[in-house]
Amino acid sequence: MEFLLALAIVALVGLFVLWPFRAAATGEGVSDPVEDEVAELEARKETLYREIRDAEADRESGKLGEPDFSRLDGELRREAIGILKRLDKLRG
Amino acid sequence: MIFLGSAALVAALGTALFAAGAAIYGARRGDRRWVDSSRRAVYALAGLLTVSVVVLESAFLRNDFSFEVVASHSSTSTPTVYKLVALWSSQEGSLLLWAFVLSLASSAVLFLTHRRHREIVPWATAVLMGLGSFFIALMLFKANPFGELSPAPAEGGGLTPLLRHWAMVVHPPMLYTGYVMLSIPFAFAIGALITRKLDSSWLRATRRFALAAWTFLGIGLLLGAFWSYNELGWGGYWGWDAVENAALMPWLITTAFLHSIMVQERRGMLKVWNVSLICAAFILALLGTFLVRSGILESIHAFGASTVGTPLLFLIATVAIGSTALVVSRLPLLQAERKISSPLSREAIFLVNNLLLVGLAVIVFYGTFFPLIAEAVTGERSSLGSPWFDRYVTPIGVLLVLFTGVGPLFAWGRISGAALRRVLAVPAIAAGVALVFLAITTDALDSPWALFLFAFAAFTFTALTQEFWRAGSSRSSLTGEGMARALPKAIARNRRRYGGYIAHAGIVVLLIGIAASSSFQTNRDLRLDVGESATVGDYTVTYKGLSADPQTERIAFNAVLDVWKDGEQFAVLTPARNYYPTLDPAAGPIGRYFDGEATSEVGLRSGPREDFWAAFQPDLTSLGPEIERGNRQLADVPPQGQALAIVALAQTYADDPPPATFRVIVNPMVIWLWIGALIALGGAAFAIWPSSEARRRVKMAYEARLGREIEAPAARRA
Repeated sequence: MEFLLALAIVALVGLFVLWPFRAAATGEGVSDPVEDEVAELEARKETLYREIRDAEADRESGKLGEPDFSRLDGELRREAIGILKRLDKLRG
Repeated sequence: MIFLGSAALVAALGTALFAAGAAIYGARRGDRRWVDSSRRAVYALAGLLTVSVVVLESAFLRNDFSFEVVASHSSTSTPTVYKLVALWSSQEGSLLLWAFVLSLASSAVLFLTHRRHREIVPWATAVLMGLGSFFIALMLFKANPFGELSPAPAEGGGLTPLLRHWAMVVHPPMLYTGYVMLSIPFAFAIGALITRKLDSSWLRATRRFALAAWTFLGIGLLLGAFWSYNELGWGGYWGWDAVENAALMPWLITTAFLHSIMVQERRGMLKVWNVSLICAAFILALLGTFLVRSGILESIHAFGASTVGTPLLFLIATVAIGSTALVVSRLPLLQAERKISSPLSREAIFLVNNLLLVGLAVIVFYGTFFPLIAEAVTGERSSLGSPWFDRYVTPIGVLLVLFTGVGPLFAWGRISGAALRRVLAVPAIAAGVALVFLAITTDALDSPWALFLFAFAAFTFTALTQEFWRAGSSRSSLTGEGMARALPKAIARNRRRYGGYIAHAGIVVLLIGIAASSSFQTNRDLRLDVGESATVGDYTVTYKGLSADPQTERIAFNAVLDVWKDGEQFAVLTPARNYYPTLDPAAGPIGRYFDGEATSEVGLRSGPREDFWAAFQPDLTSLGPEIERGNRQLADVPPQGQALAIVALAQTYADDPPPATFRVIVNPMVIWLWIGALIALGGAAFAIWPSSEARRRVKMAYEARLGREIEAPAARRA
């Protein structure tokens, strides 16, 4: 009984693990460069939004003076706009 | 069932090896089927190890002593909950736990990164499954949890009494989960190094796992300290024991890592530092496993020499050499995108903070491994105790309290001198006031380091309160909401930042508890006869008497201490000493109870100002002749008769006990250590928890604003 149970488990595992090979290779490759770049840009965009928000909070709390805030905010916004434009292009 | 468990373990090894190989093959050939298959193999591995764990746990619950590990670590009289946790009290079971948690964590990260980081994930999978294969192979060839005893004994050896405490039930899986969670960012770091994708993507994928590792390691450390304080009878919560240090070191390095990854994410700096830190954290986690499992250093946790020490050392060397070689080979790609432009910046403060934390870890490392180093050089074993550690750790700890408050006050990039004066003023005044107040009104001047720590703590609490207040008042002025509504909303909008601040506050509270209890403790060892009193600090302690509680599993002697303070009864405490029988028949039917292991139950009254703690050690010398006579006369008596004799002996002793030894400690503010730790862990949990709704709204708002900025120049050109 134990032997049969073990055999069944191993068979199930084999089926589950080897399932992707039921179809022939599609030649897609492991990664999609466009998809990867989109994912990376999306993540960077979210980080930038967080940084813009933090910079605004630092200005309101008095940590950042107006000149420093303007410089930093401008840098972040320029980078974010560049990312949005690139994303628009990639998504065509 | 042994066959089923063994079969599952063998299948697990094959599956882990396949997963590692398939991931590498798929990555190199660019064939997604192999990569998908490797991910499925990881999920299957989790399933197979679940089968192994269930088989072993059911064996513990059924008292199946044909399982060797069950026979050596459980018994029919072991309470059910301790039977379940006996799994990780053994070498074999703890290795199974390691592999099991690794398979679950690996499955989780692969599920979460299903469609992302596709170049890195296969290599990370290979690293994780390489580790999994190692631990499973270690079980199969060196410490098999499914080893069989034939014939099966009728009774088991039982769980070591020291581990029969709720904190010890949870402590090992928490620590192991922490160690294992570190393998996730480590594996992704290796994947990033191999694939040369050394931007911040691997950090983003695994940041939460690093924070989870920090949290679980913290819980494990906290539970270990709590158990030590409540169970071991020496009155302390931290003894710089080798295995305590082994868990502390990766926790310190992970703390540094969690801060420095923010610098890389925001400023593109410290790339080499971050990959090195996570490699170091994981190597230290493996080292912690090695220290516990090899028995190479004497400590209260060591379970004796084992067969797994050499293979673990080999793994550690392979990981250390391999990761170092990879980092060195990728140095040109790890150059910083920016330099630290100003010392008055958050990134500069984080760097200082990192150096302090790493310095602390180096000191602890040296002090922990010094016995080995000394033995290798001189041939004689020695050790470094608490005074050595305290001398070097204390100044760094005090500085860390200060920088815990300074960091949040600085902005990324640069803070101007005027702004700096504005944000530092109130916290600095608070620190000064606290310093003067404590110096004048307390004995804090007797311990200058503690005094500075309290002053810096005042600085930090004020700084953090200022941050929360400004967040709330800023939102309040923008939205018109009252502070009571504005503040929680402001905090919820930025869980990562404010969760971190809460964790900072918790750590400072914890360090206050440590400083106060270490520096201003009153400690006396007393020898009291029944009815006799003694003074400890402001307290008068009277030994009122003794009672005996003999049971099959153990004999307990409970002392009664009447404690008075300022003319009023403060508490009645009942510290106890428990004696568990040994299985060695040579000890005799009576003597076996007094030749086995003994544990203490402390008498404790906790309060916000101080703890009153007492442990008790009865003098059993007078029982010696009675025990010997009982062993001779009762050797052939049935067990029921022997039990009656033991009960009578214990009762006779309790009716007229000789003077006993008590350790009495008045420990200021210890409770704040536990409270601070809980606050810190709560802050971490708050920071980990995703806030999808708030994030979605913020993202949409910024996209709308930035979209208008893109359109505006286009409209002007038109």
